[in-house]
Parts: sequence; C-alpha cells; structure tokens
Amino acid sequence: MTPEEEKEFLRRRKARNLVVAGTLLFFVVLFYAITMVRIGGQG
Amino acid sequence: MASTAPQTAVNMPAEWRDFLALTKPRVMTLVIFTAICGVLAAPGTIHPIIAFTAILAIAMGAGGSAVLNMWWEADIDAGMKRTMNRPLPGGRMRREDARDFGIFLSGVSVVLMGLAVGWLAAALLFGCITASAEIYTMWLKPRTPQNIVIGGGAGAFPPLIGWVAVTGDITAMPLLLFAIIFFWTPPHFWALALFVQTDYAKVGIPMLPVVAGERATRNQIMGYTLLLAPIAIAPWYIGGTSWIYGSVAVVLSALFVILAMPVFTRTRAEVDAMTPEKTLFKFSILYLFVLFAALVVDRVAAYQGWIA
Repeated sequence: MTPEEEKEFLRRRKARNLVVAGTLLFFVVLFYAITMVRIGGQG
Repeated sequence: MASTAPQTAVNMPAEWRDFLALTKPRVMTLVIFTAICGVLAAPGTIHPIIAFTAILAIAMGAGGSAVLNMWWEADIDAGMKRTMNRPLPGGRMRREDARDFGIFLSGVSVVLMGLAVGWLAAALLFGCITASAEIYTMWLKPRTPQNIVIGGGAGAFPPLIGWVAVTGDITAMPLLLFAIIFFWTPPHFWALALFVQTDYAKVGIPMLPVVAGERATRNQIMGYTLLLAPIAIAPWYIGGTSWIYGSVAVVLSALFVILAMPVFTRTRAEVDAMTPEKTLFKFSILYLFVLFAALVVDRVAAYQGWIA
C-alpha cells in the first residue's frame, strides 16, 4: 500500500467509524425516549 | 444471478456514502412521504416519538429491501446506463457487504417496529420487505412482464403500515391507500419503461414493452389508469374523507386520464422524443404527492373543525 493509499484507507475507515458511532448514539437516545414513552403509558 | 458477476477486487473499505446510496434515498422520499401521510391521516393519537420511530422503521425497511435489490441485481445494473454507476456495478463495494447490510437493516427495522410500535405493523413491514426483496426482485422481475404490478404491491405498504401504527387494526381506509399505490404503479412505471425500453431489453428483464410490445403496454397503462380513478376517489365516497380530498382526487384523476390518453392512442414514430410518456411519468409522481398531501390536509381540516 502506497502512502497515498494508506492515507485514503485511514480516511475512509475514520469516516465510517464516525458514522457508525453517530448512528449508535442516535439509537441509544431513541431507545431511551421510546422506553420513557412506553413506561409513561402513552405508547 | 447474484453469483455470476465478476468480483471486483476492492481493498479499500467502502465509503459510507456508498452504503447510503444502496438504500436508494430518492425512492425512499416517496416511501417516507406516503408513510407520514398514513400516520397523519389515521384517526386516533400516537405519541410523536412513537410516530417518528414508526416512520424510521418503515424507511429502514424500505432501505433494506432496496439494498437487497441492488445486491441481487448488480449484474443487471451493470448493463444499464441508468444504473451502471451504482456502488456494486461500479466496483466500489464488496457484494457480501451489501447483502449483509441489507439483511441487517431489514431485520433491525422489523424488530424496532415490533418493540416500539406494535407487532401488527411489524408483521406488515416484514411482508413489505419480503414482497419487495424476494417475491418481486428475485422471483417475478426476471420471470413475468406483470412483475411491476407485484412490485407496486410492495411499494404500497408504507401508508398502510403508517396507518396501522396509529390505529392498531386494518380497516377499509388503509386498504384503499394500499390500493391507490398498487394501481398507480403500473401506469407510472410502464410510462418510464416505454422511454427506457432499450436498456431493459439489453439486460433481458421482461418488461412489458419488451415482451408484449408497445401496443399492449399502452393498453395496459390506460386500463390501470381507468381502474385507479375510482379507487383514488373511493376514500371520499365511502365517507372516509371530506370534499377537500374528494375534489382533489377527482381533478387529479381526470388529469391522469387526460394525460394517459395520448400515450394510449399514439404509436412511436421513427424519431420520437416520447414527450407524452415522459409527461405522464412526471405527472404520476406529482399525482401521488398531491393526492396524499390532500388526504392529510383533509384530516387536519376535520380536526380543526374547518369542515363539517
């Protein structure tokens, strides 16, 4: 792997990791909110 | 089909944008819109977070079946100008990754719907994904020229699921919303198939114009358009909506029939811009957006007491 390729590899991996982390965080918040609504008996 | 294409050596991890592109975000806008309309038009109340989750689950399910569709049809996509630059035929992603992503997205969407909203809505979502990814993409699309009719059935689920998410049961109104999209899809898609006919012929997909000819296609477009009109107006005359939706449905359906007439009566010239077909295709998209928007406006007007 050339230095350019490696740089691109790391960039893509970092971007994907950030998207996965953001998605997971979103679902943590969503499930918390769903739980609150269901416990509140409004679901 | 999925096993015959040459595997492109991809050493780089795929871009996340390519994963997003696999979900066909542009098609998803119509899915999300009709699902939101189903939720908003349904009688009853739903907590905004649960409503949001229902829409999200429908969008994820639609995305998942789009991914599975792209995984299965990568070879076909490679042969058509319109689709040859998609992530899989473009060699930007491994096939297995697309397949796993599609299964994951579909599975999560059904479980999310079941846990947060209800299992009837989840079962319908599962039916929608199965109808789209398996029955349509894998079985019918390569086998029968009526493929798009069943494909339309898969696309007709979102407003039905949105409605059921609110009410928890299936009644005449959500079934009519289903039927509207079901009968809308053939004239919408065959109008497109008429002017991209050469592409479908090249990759051996038995689209109606390819196997039955243009005359049969034009007849069927007219037939389904005439069937669609009373179904689109039906929510009004069964008393499910007021005159607001009713008048919009009558005007839109009349326009649809008027625009389908030249497509029905004419035959392709030697050099042909296919203007009536393109106009009908574009109008059909507007038709569905405006019709469903009218349904929501109608419901809001009823809630606000603006109409009797």
